[in-house]
This record gives sequence, C-alpha cells and structure tokens, in this order.
Amino acid sequence: MFGQILFAIMALVIVVTSIGVVAVRNPVRSALNLVANFFALAVLYLFLYAQFVAAVQIIVYAGAIMVLFLFTIMLLNLGSPSELSERGEIKRPVTWGLALLFVIVLAGGVFVRLGKAQPAADDLGTVQMVGKFLFTDWVYPFELTSILLLIAIVGAIVMAKRRL
Amino acid sequence: MEELLSNAWIVIPLRIIIVVGFVLTAVPVLTWVERRVLALMQIRKGPNRVGPAGLLQPIADGIKLFFKEDVLPERVDRFIYFLAPAGFLIPVLCAPAVIPWGPDDRLTPIADVNIGILFLLAMTSLTVYGIVLAGWSSNNKYSLLGGLRASAQTISYELAMGLSIISVVLLTGSLSMRDMVLNQQGGLGLLNWHVFRFFPLGLIATSIFLVAMLAETNRAPFDLPEAETELIAGYHTEYSSMKFAMFFMGEYASMVTISAVMVTLFFGGWLSPLPFAPFTWIPGPLWFLIKLGVFIYFFIWVRATLPRLRYDMLMKLGWLRLLPAALVNLFLVAIILWWQK
Amino acid sequence: MDAVPISWYLILSAFMFAMGVTGVIIKRNPIVIFMCIELMLNAANLAFLAFARQQAQLGAQAAGQVYAILVMAVAAAEVAIGLGIIVAIYRLRDTINVDEMNLLKF
Repeated sequence: MFGQILFAIMALVIVVTSIGVVAVRNPVRSALNLVANFFALAVLYLFLYAQFVAAVQIIVYAGAIMVLFLFTIMLLNLGSPSELSERGEIKRPVTWGLALLFVIVLAGGVFVRLGKAQPAADDLGTVQMVGKFLFTDWVYPFELTSILLLIAIVGAIVMAKRRL
Repeated sequence: MEELLSNAWIVIPLRIIIVVGFVLTAVPVLTWVERRVLALMQIRKGPNRVGPAGLLQPIADGIKLFFKEDVLPERVDRFIYFLAPAGFLIPVLCAPAVIPWGPDDRLTPIADVNIGILFLLAMTSLTVYGIVLAGWSSNNKYSLLGGLRASAQTISYELAMGLSIISVVLLTGSLSMRDMVLNQQGGLGLLNWHVFRFFPLGLIATSIFLVAMLAETNRAPFDLPEAETELIAGYHTEYSSMKFAMFFMGEYASMVTISAVMVTLFFGGWLSPLPFAPFTWIPGPLWFLIKLGVFIYFFIWVRATLPRLRYDMLMKLGWLRLLPAALVNLFLVAIILWWQK
Repeated sequence: MDAVPISWYLILSAFMFAMGVTGVIIKRNPIVIFMCIELMLNAANLAFLAFARQQAQLGAQAAGQVYAILVMAVAAAEVAIGLGIIVAIYRLRDTINVDEMNLLKF
C-alpha cells in the first residue's frame, strides 16, 4: 500500500513536470521542471532495485548535466522569454494530439501484453553487482563508452575555443 | 532504553534531531568563533560587547536579521527568488545523514546506506542550484555573474574531489562511510588513517580534497561567487532579512558537513589517534568533534591568510593542476593495491 | 515495493517519451530542445530498468541496469557537444532560433 501511494505521487510529479518542460516558456523554468522530474525518476529507480543507477542519476543528471544547461542559459542570457517568441502555429495542437495518441496506443499495447515483475536477487542493483557485470559481460561497450566520452571532450573543446 | 532504541519510529526521528540539531546549533556558534578568530589573527578585538566575550552576539544578529525589512527587488522572478535559499539550505542539511559520528550505530548515522559516499557527493553537488538560481532570479548583473562563477567552479572542483574520494573507496572496497572509518582502525593508531596510507599518496589525495573542499563551499580563497570587492556580494546581493540568513546558515552548515566528510574519509572519523590508554578514555564522538573543530579552524585560518584567486587562476588550478594530480594519484594507488594482491 | 505492476512504469515511460518528442517538434529554443531529448533518454532508461525487472535470470536483470548507465554516459557526451555547438552558433550569428539555422553552414 505504501509503495503504491509513493509510486502514485512520483508518477504525478513526473507527469506534471514533463508537461512543464514543454509547456513553460521560460527556459530556466523548463530546466527546473526537468530537475524535479529527474528526482522523481531517481525515487522510481529505487523501487526498481537500482540503487546505484538512482545515485548516478542524481549525481550525473541533476548535479552535472542540468547545471551545465543552466550555465549555458545564463551565459547566453536567454532569460527573457521575448528573446524567442513562440508563435501560434498549426503544428503545435497537432503535435500535442499526436503525442496523446501515441501514449494511448502504447498504454493499450502494454496493458494487453505484459505481466508481473520477477523476484529480484538480493543484491541486484548494488554497486558490486552492477560493477561485476559492467566489467565482465559488458566490458567492450564500457570501453567504447570511454572512447565516446573522449571524443566528446575533444569535440567540445574544439567547438568552444575560439583559438586553439 | 534498549527497547526504545530498537524501535525505528523513535530512533530515526531521534537521529535526525541529533544530527540536524547539532549542525544548526553549530552555525551561530561558528559565526562567533569565526569573528573572534579572525580578530585574533588580525590583532583586533572582534565582538566583545554583547554578553561575556561577545558570546551573545549571534543571538543579537539573529534577532536583527529576523526583524529586518524583507526587500523584494523589482522585476525578480518571484517563485525562483523565494525557492533559491531553500534550495541551498536543504541539500546542505541532508548531506550529514550518512556520516557516522561514533562507534555506536544506534544514534548516528541517520541511515548507513551502502552507497553513502555517493549520496554525499550527490547532495554537495546539489547546493549549487540554490546559488545559480539566486543569481539568475535576482535580475542583477552582479548576481548573475556570481551564479555563473559558482556553477563553473562547482563542476570543475567536483571532479578533483570525486577522484580523491575514489582512492579512499579503492582502499576500503566499500562505499559505506562506516566501513571507511572501520578500515582505518588498527594497532598503529593514526598511521592507519587514510591520510598516511601509502605515504605520500594518501597525503596527496588529502591535500587535493582539502583544496576542493574550500572551493566547493565557496570559502576564501575561492569565494569568487560572492567576492565583495568585484561582485558586491554576488549571488546574495539582492537578498535581505531571513532569506539572506538562510544563505548564511547554509554556508556555515556546509562548512561543518564537509569538514565532517574530511574527518571521516581521511582522518579516522571517531577513532582515537593512538590506540592506548589515556587516548582511548576519550569517547569516540568527542574525538570526532575535536577533529571537526580542527578543520573548521583551518577554514577560518585560510580565510585570514590567503588572498582571493583571480578567476582564470581558479580554473587553471582546478583543471590543469588538481585534476591531473588526482588522476595520477588514483592510478598509483590502484597499482599498489594490485601489487599487494 | 513490488506492489506496482511493471506496466505502469512502462506507461509512464511512454508518456515521458511522448512529451520529449512534442517538445523537440514545437520548441524553437535549441537548449529546450536538448532538454526534451534528455527527457526522451530518461524515458528509455526507465523502460530499460522496468524491463529488467521482468527477466528471470540475474544476468538479464543486471543488463538493464548496465544499459541505463551506458545511456547516461551517452547523454553526458551529447550535452557537452550540443551545448558547445549552441554556444559556437550564438557567437557567430547572435541568435539561436532553430528556424533560422537552415543553411548547414556558417
């Protein structure tokens, strides 16, 4: 019962804030909605026996990526909504409608097809368990990720520096 | 008593009261200590009129801040303007939840989670939101600059801090703060502490953490986000009354928290420096508080001694000195551990 | 904690994804478009973790979590590059309206 109530609260937060990210005009408010969304997601990850992923979610997304977003918004000083006026267009109501349709279709499909959760191992989602699988079965994707990050670092510096 | 302490509904609120209560009581005391110590170092008197040795000065300050007019500047983003001080204070007060204060695990930590140090890193990295949002919402160019500086500074120094913590994680083989303290126990006393482990590697990791912790708490010489002389107090220029007090409390509380992390990770937490008779008579929590006091004194000492860095020097120190040093240090620690196996 | 059926998580994930797509289509500020992409990536993460709970074997359960971590690394790389591009474009053209970035050259 307690789990269901908590899930309902977090789901409500996620629904409201993900609408907020899109619907709000001010980019800083958008970013704040997204931060709240990530917090609620981290709580849901705990429900799904993913403690490590939940902690990384807060550290990486809320602690680093969203701060970078805020930094860029403030650096370009796009705070005033008049900077980018969103004109009324036919594509907006159509897109909202299609998104709603997409959710309804997927939700119907999910309800028809899927069953219940399997029993989880005791230490599923702990750092030890994730680390074990990350460095045995998944070591090649992991190393590829490090190359990807290296490319991103080099690319970001090339992009942002005026003179190298 | 034993029954009461095994009841989760009693013991967890009790733990929260102990930890948060301690941190919040430490704040007014620290404001007095800081001014007295600074006065001592600069050969002047400091607060000495209100109460004996000025001890009642924090209460007078509190009353003043409480009854001060709350100025709301024009054209601020009101919701975010009110949210920002709370967004700064709440993570700071959440962070000490995983720090063990003594050998008795019934009273502290509030939650001995197996990802304790990750929780701490997450909470310390969230404090930057309060500063950034305060700077942005104040509709003041100095505040905006303060917010920008704070965000860049926090992201930069978090990396070096995280890498120096990872070397401790490698030594312990666990992310629980309790295990980290227990790993420093041993017959050699303070030579078992992580700071002296693999001399000088542990010392290097400690020094990197020390610099990073000054930068993370925005204290001098890294107080660029609120530099009075160039940014007229930066992100909290437009704040007054209790909202300013919340920023102030947050800064001192984060000083206490991060000093506690330092003590736990590198200086043996509640362990006594020498494992024989006269030292072991002093109970563990008291040792913890003594060490905590030393680091808080260190914060004030540094503030009185060092001039503020220029911003490009700050970035250079973080990215070009501390980060490579932390990486090499981590690499060497890993090699030695692998060698020992 | 197993009181909630997995399908609810998946519906939530679908909703987040739909909102992300909507934002990418209707927004003009590229920074907000990036945030909507983050929303979509997180929807994928939630789905990965939810699907992982439906697997019987430990290896498959852990695989979902490893996926989520890899997605986070990709998201970090994407943000670093993307925001770099936005800053570079802003310096050159003094605007970041995506409707005016239609030349594929500077």
